[in-house]
Amino acid sequence: MGKEPLGIRSFRVLTGAVLITWLILPLVPLAIWSFAKGWFYPDILPRNWSMRAWEYAMSDTAGVLDSLWLTIWISLVATILSILVGVPAGRALGMYKFRGKEIVELMILAPTIVPGIAVVLGIHSIFISMGLTNSVEGVILVHLIPTLPYMVLVMAGVFANYDPAFEAQARSLGASPLKTFWYITLPAIRPGIIVGGLFAFLVSWSQYILTLLIGGGRVETLPLLLFNFATSGRNDITGAIGMIYILPGIIILLLTAKHLSGRSGAVGGFGQI
Amino acid sequence: MSDRMKIFLLLLPAMSIIVVLFFGGLLIGLMRSFNYMPVIGLTEPDLSAYASVFTDREFYYSFLLTFHIAFTSTVISSILAIGAALLLRRNFIGRGVVNFLFQLNLTVPHLVGAIGILYLFSQSGSFARLAAEFGMIQRPSDFPALVFDPYAIGIILQYVWKEIPFIGVIVLANMQSIGEDYESVARSLGASKWQTFRHVLLPLIFPGVLSASVMVFAFTFGAYEIPAILGANFPAALPVLAYRKYTDVDLAARPEAMAMAIVIALLSALMIYFYVRYSRRRIRG
Repeated sequence: MGKEPLGIRSFRVLTGAVLITWLILPLVPLAIWSFAKGWFYPDILPRNWSMRAWEYAMSDTAGVLDSLWLTIWISLVATILSILVGVPAGRALGMYKFRGKEIVELMILAPTIVPGIAVVLGIHSIFISMGLTNSVEGVILVHLIPTLPYMVLVMAGVFANYDPAFEAQARSLGASPLKTFWYITLPAIRPGIIVGGLFAFLVSWSQYILTLLIGGGRVETLPLLLFNFATSGRNDITGAIGMIYILPGIIILLLTAKHLSGRSGAVGGFGQI
Repeated sequence: MSDRMKIFLLLLPAMSIIVVLFFGGLLIGLMRSFNYMPVIGLTEPDLSAYASVFTDREFYYSFLLTFHIAFTSTVISSILAIGAALLLRRNFIGRGVVNFLFQLNLTVPHLVGAIGILYLFSQSGSFARLAAEFGMIQRPSDFPALVFDPYAIGIILQYVWKEIPFIGVIVLANMQSIGEDYESVARSLGASKWQTFRHVLLPLIFPGVLSASVMVFAFTFGAYEIPAILGANFPAALPVLAYRKYTDVDLAARPEAMAMAIVIALLSALMIYFYVRYSRRRIRG
């Protein structure tokens, strides 16, 4: 294409600038609040700055750190379970054609589209009788509803591009099934497992209503704490917790940026974050 | 081991979890919405929960509000996302930054965005302060109500913020795999830029846009925490209303909550139908 007129180029830069501003805008007041000491109308910026909110969030007594570790634990266990169960299912869907495959795919797709509130009320009334409400175990179990289908779909994509010939060769040379998996299959699918696992972690990390209902408010993960501070008007502490809460996403983004193009099946899961 | 056996065993753990938790949860919700629960002695299914939901004005207000939120957010996000993807196809100063922020937003939970929108658009928020600075308003209440408002503007703003990148990355990848050859041909045959977009590119990316929008619609229809932060008390979004009914001290309201959950599930089933239809067509094409 030839050189474009200046007008079009500057239009592009301008809309780009508007887009950049809009994308970053909602995070700005949160960040400022976390360093503000009282920030009253009509001050555009706080008159006094302070580290108070951060000191509070980092103190042992406030419970923010406890909540942080709890959230990491829940998301980590939900992710590991999703990997253990999701990899075999992904292999079946990615490598085989079989009768009823479309129905199986539909059943796995459904939880990624049906909102949590539609299923969690029914689950809650059963979990009560099983003693799973108000417990970390119960919360981890319901987090599998959004994370597992996601992991299966990502792994199905990985296995669709996977060549099983190497496995057959290893087996014919006398390797046991376990050895074949460990030395042949796993190295080949490891990048897929890591990316899928990191995003499954984020899906669990962002769950709110599932945790609120099944945890009954007793299992206070970071989003629940954040919501409580936001609705009780403690904007400075809300800001600090908000910043802590988005950190894993930023870290995971820096680790996986090249996998985040829309071409990867992994992006579908972001509809739920 | 036969292939059939192998496939069965590979799928068994995942399908058991999905069937028990997801479909089990749906089924229990459905049964309770009909007041049918033999275990606790309710053996006569009836429609009383649906009757009281469907005769309650608040339900209709909530339903319409939620539909308005989901529809408006989805349409605005899709259009702006196509625009953003068209922009990101080309080289310009700042493209890398936009790309990075797109991906960054994908990882930021909706809840954080909702709080950010609250701090920006409330009547004592950043924009109200700017308006006061420039003498456009005298007191906070002069600033238009953009959060806790009956039109759910704050909620829609939050969704638009969060979903432009989501639909945008999908559309952009779509455009990149289609390439520019078709458009070049149309242009060389004398089509204008608009005609090329309208009759060549848009039909090609439309299935991708639609399947992404369907996911967005289902999400925005069923999300709880965003309307809980930014929404008005009355009418509340349907998920908020369902949660309130479910946690009501009056346990008799629970079947009504379940009935609302089933309404949300039915609407998302419709969305799944569209999703499958259009994503299949995309694969065939």
